Amino acid sequence: MGFLVAAACGLVGNYLILRRMALVGDAISHSVLPGMAIAFLLTGSRGSVAMFLGALAAGVVTTVIIETIHKRTRVKQDSAIGIAFTSLFALGVVLINIFAAKVDLDQECVLYGEIAFIPLEPIVSVAGFPLGPPTVLRMAVVAAVTVSLVLVFYKELLVSSFDSGLAVSLGINATLVHYALMSWLSVVVVSAFESVGAILVIAMLILPGATASLLACRLPLVHGLAVIHAALSSVLGMHLATWLNCSVAGAMVVAATGLFTLAWVFGPERGLSRRWLRTTANEPESGAPPAAASR
Amino acid sequence: MRASPHASLLIAAFLLLCAATAHASRIGDLADSPIWAQALRFFTFQDPSVRYALIGSMLLGVSCGLLGGFIVVRKMALMGDALSHAVLPGVALGFLWNMSKDPVAIFVGATLAGLLGTVLVGVIQQTTRLKEDTALGMVLASFFAVGICAVTMIQRLPTGNKSGIDKFLFGQAAAIGANDVTLMAVVTALAIGTVWVLYKEFLVTSFDPAFARVCGFPVKWLHHALMLLLAFAVVIALQAVGVVLVSAMLITPAAAAYLLTDRLHRMLLLAAAFGLGAGATGCFFSFLGNNLPTGPCMVLGATAVFALAFLFGPRHGVFAKWWRRRSQSGRVGRENTLKALYHVLESRDFKGEGVSLRELAERRHMTVEASSREVQALRRNQLATLTEDGNMVHLTPEGWTRACVIVRNHRLWELYLTNEAHIASDHVHEDAEKIEHVLGEETVLQLERRLESPTKDPHGRPIPSLADLRRGAAVDRRDELVGYGRRI
Repeated sequence: MGFLVAAACGLVGNYLILRRMALVGDAISHSVLPGMAIAFLLTGSRGSVAMFLGALAAGVVTTVIIETIHKRTRVKQDSAIGIAFTSLFALGVVLINIFAAKVDLDQECVLYGEIAFIPLEPIVSVAGFPLGPPTVLRMAVVAAVTVSLVLVFYKELLVSSFDSGLAVSLGINATLVHYALMSWLSVVVVSAFESVGAILVIAMLILPGATASLLACRLPLVHGLAVIHAALSSVLGMHLATWLNCSVAGAMVVAATGLFTLAWVFGPERGLSRRWLRTTANEPESGAPPAAASR
Repeated sequence: MRASPHASLLIAAFLLLCAATAHASRIGDLADSPIWAQALRFFTFQDPSVRYALIGSMLLGVSCGLLGGFIVVRKMALMGDALSHAVLPGVALGFLWNMSKDPVAIFVGATLAGLLGTVLVGVIQQTTRLKEDTALGMVLASFFAVGICAVTMIQRLPTGNKSGIDKFLFGQAAAIGANDVTLMAVVTALAIGTVWVLYKEFLVTSFDPAFARVCGFPVKWLHHALMLLLAFAVVIALQAVGVVLVSAMLITPAAAAYLLTDRLHRMLLLAAAFGLGAGATGCFFSFLGNNLPTGPCMVLGATAVFALAFLFGPRHGVFAKWWRRRSQSGRVGRENTLKALYHVLESRDFKGEGVSLRELAERRHMTVEASSREVQALRRNQLATLTEDGNMVHLTPEGWTRACVIVRNHRLWELYLTNEAHIASDHVHEDAEKIEHVLGEETVLQLERRLESPTKDPHGRPIPSLADLRRGAAVDRRDELVGYGRRI
């Protein structure tokens, strides 16, 4: 489960990093909450279809709000993001508290699920029988669709991420790609929601991609490394969580951060230690042994 | 925790004794009475917890709004977000220090964690090729994850369950006690004092760091000082608003103020006032409804202020912009009709009675209905009159003057372009067509002096003189002027 979440998030996250929209992921992961709350209020069920649609709508609404504030006023994009997601999140919390407290909308899951008290249970039970719970199956489907989407639309995503002008001249609708990416991001976020919680989703979105982009320059390689990073961090995170007796999602992110730090310090090309080694090697008087650098 | 009025009195008495340990999950849960009674209780400040919550919310609103102003103009809004998430491990550490909710220990721990986070963002940006947003997101998420791990560990400790440390995530204004209020007051005073003393330095470094460096300001230190203050503000706001929504209290009031004014000092004052208002309303509403958390209510209050500023701001508001555009396009339309009427009159040497709608329609290349609509617009603005049968248009004196002004602007500008800018006379019409609506009186007089009071435009048509304009205004000499109509 953890791996599926991390892999799906990591793949989408790569593009967010490339587009310098890492924090839009953060925003969307917060603002799906009112969408889910409203979907629940309208349908009265916790069916995943309604929740999905609500979250999807909320994600698109967030993107639209950010764009509107950013374009129509002189407020900058960062402030626009901050305003949009905090407002929607607050709205969601209030909605849940007013309307859904008495009925069986799983407040724990939506609200406290994000503080990661609950996530322990689904993941632990998953470890017993890997194909059992519907959430895992859903996440598997989402992850599979993410992989195939990236494979099919690789060129479009690649071009529009690096050079939207070129994309338009090639006949690719950059706006459409943008909104499609955002919508799919909301889908991924909402399906990851239950297991990692809204705030840790952003770690899953950013960390694999950031780590991978420290290690490689080519996008396919970055994708591959991101998936490997996701796998490693979920396995390590599980062990860490059982060892420290703390939240699994939190531990997974801690593990992912650890991997990032490793890549940062010991990266083959641009790592800190390699850099330090280069600078010391260039200085004529220093005879620092290489062993000291890799300690 | 739902209590009867009696029990709530007991609770209030208990709170008086040890206010710092107040533990109602929401302020509103203290009582179960009708809304008006709740409102009364709120405004009479009977409960110390309400008093503390209100004062605390207002203080944090002021300090967050004030400092938020700087991060909004510095385009560092999301730094506030990252900072607010990054303090969580510090909160947990401060708690672990002596296993209690000691405000000072938590304050120190949280501030240290926040500062470490901001420093790390800078380091990641400098040593890797990752962009600022990625660095912010990573620091935010990883610090928060560490914090979550620590918090869940604390909660699974035997003593940790009652610690109330999870309240830091969503905030709980009801738990604000006397100690917390003192701390908040100190921090707010510190923030106001620092901004007051270092206003000029902050102003210059926020808008033009390079210039500030040239002036000899310690830009780096000012940045760190601002970050420190910001960390303080975030930490005191944690109690009431919670980690997740603190950044809203930083960004939203300041952004609303940013929409309303151009001067930094006014913006800071407005932002502080908005923050104060948001804090107070959030507190009030969460007290009214008995199931409303305080933090989100405050944030929604701030959002409402922003929405109002966004829609109805006098200068940058959507509504004001729309209204300006509308009235502008209305004016341009009227002026074009006036000009067409003038041209019709001119084409027959200002002889005859008024202008028929048909003539106007031919001139403007439009249907009679459309030109009739335009004339109605003129009539509404008292620039023209229509005869009974609705067929003949007569300009009023005011309308005549305006028509002359527009034609005069147009032809003077054409002449200016041909004579001074040496543009061929058949290329100047389009340009004059646009600029005729915006030329001010001053500019026109200047043009006229520069062109030595010309009488003919490049196409050989007469330019209406100032005397022509005045003739329209002089009502008693109306009879002398053929064409604009005698029957008004």
